[in-house]
Amino acid sequence: MTITETNKKILDFNYQLAAQDEAFPTLQVLANDGSVVDEAALERTGLTDDQLVELMKHMLFSRELDIRSTKLAKQGRFGFFAPTAGQEASQMASAFAFNDEDWLFPGYRDIPEIIMKGWPVWKAILWSRGHVQGNVMTTDDGKDVHSWFPQIIIGAQYVEAAGVALGLKKRQKDAVAYAYTGDGGTSQGDFYEAMNFAAAYQANAVFIAQNNGFAISTPRDFQTAAKHLAAKGWAAGIPSVVVDGNDAIAVYLAAKEARQWAASGNGPVLIETLTDRLEPHSTAGDDPLRYRTKDDIDAWWQKDPLLRMRHFLTQRGIWNEELETAYIAEVNAHIDDQIKRADGVEKQKISDFLKNTLEVPSQVMQEQIAIFESEGK
Amino acid sequence: MTEKTYIAAVQDALDLALTKDDNTLIFGEDVGKNGGVFRATDGLQAKFGEERVFNTPLAESAIGGLAIGLTTQNYRPVMEIQFFGFLFEVMDSIAGQMSRNRFRFGGTRQMPIVVRSPYGGGTKTPEMHADNLEGMVAQIPGIRVVMPANPADAKGLLLSAIESNDPVVFLENIHLYRSMKGEVPEGYYTTPLDKAAIVREGQDVTIISYGGGVPVALKAADELGKQDINAEVLDLRTVSPLDIESIGASVEKTGRVVVVQEAQRMAGIGATVMAEISERFILSLKAPIGRVAAPDTVYPFGQAENDWMIKADDVIAKVKEIVDYD
Repeated sequence: MTITETNKKILDFNYQLAAQDEAFPTLQVLANDGSVVDEAALERTGLTDDQLVELMKHMLFSRELDIRSTKLAKQGRFGFFAPTAGQEASQMASAFAFNDEDWLFPGYRDIPEIIMKGWPVWKAILWSRGHVQGNVMTTDDGKDVHSWFPQIIIGAQYVEAAGVALGLKKRQKDAVAYAYTGDGGTSQGDFYEAMNFAAAYQANAVFIAQNNGFAISTPRDFQTAAKHLAAKGWAAGIPSVVVDGNDAIAVYLAAKEARQWAASGNGPVLIETLTDRLEPHSTAGDDPLRYRTKDDIDAWWQKDPLLRMRHFLTQRGIWNEELETAYIAEVNAHIDDQIKRADGVEKQKISDFLKNTLEVPSQVMQEQIAIFESEGK
Repeated sequence: MTEKTYIAAVQDALDLALTKDDNTLIFGEDVGKNGGVFRATDGLQAKFGEERVFNTPLAESAIGGLAIGLTTQNYRPVMEIQFFGFLFEVMDSIAGQMSRNRFRFGGTRQMPIVVRSPYGGGTKTPEMHADNLEGMVAQIPGIRVVMPANPADAKGLLLSAIESNDPVVFLENIHLYRSMKGEVPEGYYTTPLDKAAIVREGQDVTIISYGGGVPVALKAADELGKQDINAEVLDLRTVSPLDIESIGASVEKTGRVVVVQEAQRMAGIGATVMAEISERFILSLKAPIGRVAAPDTVYPFGQAENDWMIKADDVIAKVKEIVDYD
């Protein structure tokens, strides 16, 4: 008696592993030289020329903020900062697909996405310095920014996003919660719990896992034996896709379609973006050459998402060096202005900390408030 | 007034909260059709529907995250952690997130969350179910820890906790759920948070306790009364923050104190109460402060539980020692 073909397949564990590659092809619209590899996909984005230029500006803004932040951190004028170079398409193009009513749940590297949503740069600077005034999530003209502060515990924002997503579904809102984490974050229990909960409730969530190659020094391959982080979404029963994370158009398309799917009440989606962190984990002393080679980093610089987008827009005739130079000057003037504004914010007081800890402070806290206030602290 | 069990009072409060405010949601493991493993939510899903009272998949951290996220849509989540021994699984949501968020957002966003959980022991649950971890939670800034000791307080304090815009860890004594009955006022009422209560008047010594320690203290006080020692029993009700004013008033009245807790002796609520008394009211004391607590071991389950847990006799012995001190 011979084993049936089906049973043979089930018991062929090598096949089980190999099948994942077929299940998770990489979505791509632009080639590395900026040429379009999938015209229909480009058309499906619905992006106008003006929007394409706007997206390019967001990406450039992110790069300039990254360059300035790194310099300022070295001068001791910033606090904590996690560099973003290389991830502009993964971050800004995905965030570009969401709108004001959607709720953003960022990790600590996702500062540019919150700024895109209306969080002023001076508040981002205060956040980096540990000033809670930075976490007051309003625009300069007083509008609520539907975002959480950047999360340090890199799975926590996922379970919270699942809660918002459920709330949005219950309130029958045409909106979603979208949450970011990295490849390291996908190892956290909260990552699985969030996807499982959101799927069980068919809640309005879009989960974005930015596979940037390293969790500080731990390479992606050592982070998990899963061939694709997206496969983790399948375990929760949700559509899960892999996208070229340095291709802004592909990332936008995936995020836009995921948003539409989730906002329509179909449940969550997981997007894995394949990208690279070109710089250190943070400005607090990390040296990537301790755990990766210069050749590897140089190779990824050749795949810089800005290069690809610049080629694409230039070939389309809607972008040029002059526009770029002018915009970069504009961004830097804005950052200069925002640094001054952050520098001018009053120092924090311990008495305010105590007042903000509970709505009604306890007797002991009131005593502590009185002591600190008498000392002017 | 109606006589109710402690758990019936909890259920009454949940029913009234769901009736009063459509934004109140109850969720956790098995709280729906099953009515919770202790039946605290029995019948609530049938009455209020699956949108308001619903089961969650089995993952405590996500239950906490869900609660935090739901507040953005103006919901008032009442989440259940099935046993307090499962607290560690949800510790980041409680200690790392919900308790800090008012501070982190500079006081501009609120976290009106109630974390309900049965705690304590004496009901022969399996290992890792029963636990007295209130001291651990009480050390977290930005959160209240409320531990009612009788049915009337369980109802009034739970309604206050649900009304609070700050997160409250609301701990229900697993042993008292069905062993204790008491008169409970009808209808909606609240009992103020952060306020202790004198549950027995006395002049000779103050026994300070909370939650499941209170009935033990009262039993001891009744016995001591027969021996001409008139003990006052102070029920803290909210163990974080502490009602220092009420503690001080009673200490100044009796000059002698015994602190009684079900939890292990190391650190915890009793230690904080003793420290506050020592710092503020030491000149009113006529004797050292006594303490009755469980041994500093892992919480045992099964056979050893009864030997391990504090008893009225322990309290009586300690009170006599303090009263006899010259």
